[in-house]
Amino acid sequence: MKSIINYIASIFKGIGSLLAGMGVTGKYFATFWKYKTQEYPENRKELVMFERFRGEVIMPHNANNEHKCTACGICEINCPNGSIEVISKMITTEDGKKKKVLDQYIYHLGMCTLCNLCVKACPSDAIFMGQNFEHAVWNRSDLNKVLNLPGSKIEEKVIKEKVEKQE
Amino acid sequence: MGFNLYDFTNFTHNLHLWFFENMSTGWATTVEWLLVGVIYLAIVALLGLFLIYVERKVCAAFQQRIGPNRVGPWGLIQTVADFIKMMMKELITPRQVDRFLYNLAPYIIIVCMFLTMAALPFAPGLQGLDFDIGVFYLSAISSISVIGILLAGWSSNNKYSLIGGIRSGAQIISYELSISMSLITMVIMAGTMQFSGIVEGQRDLWFIFKGHIPAFIAFVVFIIAGTAETNRGPFDLAEAESELTAGFHTEYSGIKFGLFYVGEFVNMFIISAVAATVFFGGWMPLHFPGFDAFNNVMDLIPPIVWFFLKSFAIVILIMWFKWSFPRLRIDQILTLEWKYLLPINMFNIILMTVIVLTKFHF
Repeated sequence: MKSIINYIASIFKGIGSLLAGMGVTGKYFATFWKYKTQEYPENRKELVMFERFRGEVIMPHNANNEHKCTACGICEINCPNGSIEVISKMITTEDGKKKKVLDQYIYHLGMCTLCNLCVKACPSDAIFMGQNFEHAVWNRSDLNKVLNLPGSKIEEKVIKEKVEKQE
Repeated sequence: MGFNLYDFTNFTHNLHLWFFENMSTGWATTVEWLLVGVIYLAIVALLGLFLIYVERKVCAAFQQRIGPNRVGPWGLIQTVADFIKMMMKELITPRQVDRFLYNLAPYIIIVCMFLTMAALPFAPGLQGLDFDIGVFYLSAISSISVIGILLAGWSSNNKYSLIGGIRSGAQIISYELSISMSLITMVIMAGTMQFSGIVEGQRDLWFIFKGHIPAFIAFVVFIIAGTAETNRGPFDLAEAESELTAGFHTEYSGIKFGLFYVGEFVNMFIISAVAATVFFGGWMPLHFPGFDAFNNVMDLIPPIVWFFLKSFAIVILIMWFKWSFPRLRIDQILTLEWKYLLPINMFNIILMTVIVLTKFHF
């Protein structure tokens, strides 16, 4: 007798859970105009990628064409597939000190897996992940980029901090 | 000719007479055959294309997406483009297949589809075959299509296809029973197996209202079994993409695959149309006894519109199953049929018989 009751109860239980599932999808279907996807080429103008999106490595410059990179090369060491090359040069400052500064920050986008390790490793917050994702080019060599702008210098503040730390 | 959107009986009859007046008997018969064949071909082709589009749009709506929207307005021509692509693809025949059976399988499915389609009453006077035993004919013919699936799985020389085909065979043969028994329940209610008679019997009230509880149970069983019968929804383990790539039609390409694909969708429509005919009155407008004004307003909508509205409503219900429920395992499918649907069905037949005998229906 108990098994028969269980059998009948299982039928109603099953129907109940199926209806609950159909309720969820039915709610989506009934409000089909509230779709979650976006139509990409049409919304290109107002498209804002979310904050955590990783499109490419960028090096922000301020208004005086200054970046924060000290050419320490930690990002280059941390990069698992060698898509970063930091080329530095030695210059003599006005007060006669010899100093290593960034010459060219070469970034091979075609080799980059956007793993974010370089950005995490950077001690002076010089590089970030940008949100541009339209990287298609006609030539493979166009994917090798120089991130520091021509004629850019290191920010004075970064030098001061570094000096303070050393002291 | 007396074309009338509400009743095609005179129109088809006059057309028939006109052919026989103007041609010799042999020619007239041939022309009528060709005409009917072309009409059914056109219906199946258009239905197939439209149902694939509807499926993609409905599935998108269930998943909060937009669906096809690039080709034509709202993506309406998408399936036409897909069809042209499919026509132009190469027909690949794998090595060591059983060539005759391999080529035969899609046609068996398509032929079964046409034969079942012929029994559907689209509107008064628009019906290919109106047998006295229409319901019996339909359940007999629709069960032949399993041979096509089994042949496709067997002849493809591919273990996944074979597993898919055998699974499908086990499933369809089991669920055939539930479909037939739920139809028998309604035949007890209607008192006839003829489709036109069944539709005519619902003139004052649809059977799902007339037969209240047993009719509703029969409808639920029919829809579940029908979904399984068409290898769709949660019962699509015959083609389970994640396990068997595509099951029995893995090795088919181009238009042969297209025939299987269209066959699946049109079979779904046929199941829905049968459900609409037997439970919701087919082309019969919504009538309630005693509400004459309401009934007259409902009569203004042409029967063919009623038929397609009801059928597509049930098509969307079946799609709703597919996009809500996870796929069943083979043992779960057989448990559902033999331990649940079949006993419920037998109980339901007795209940229906008692209700019909005691005239306890509306």
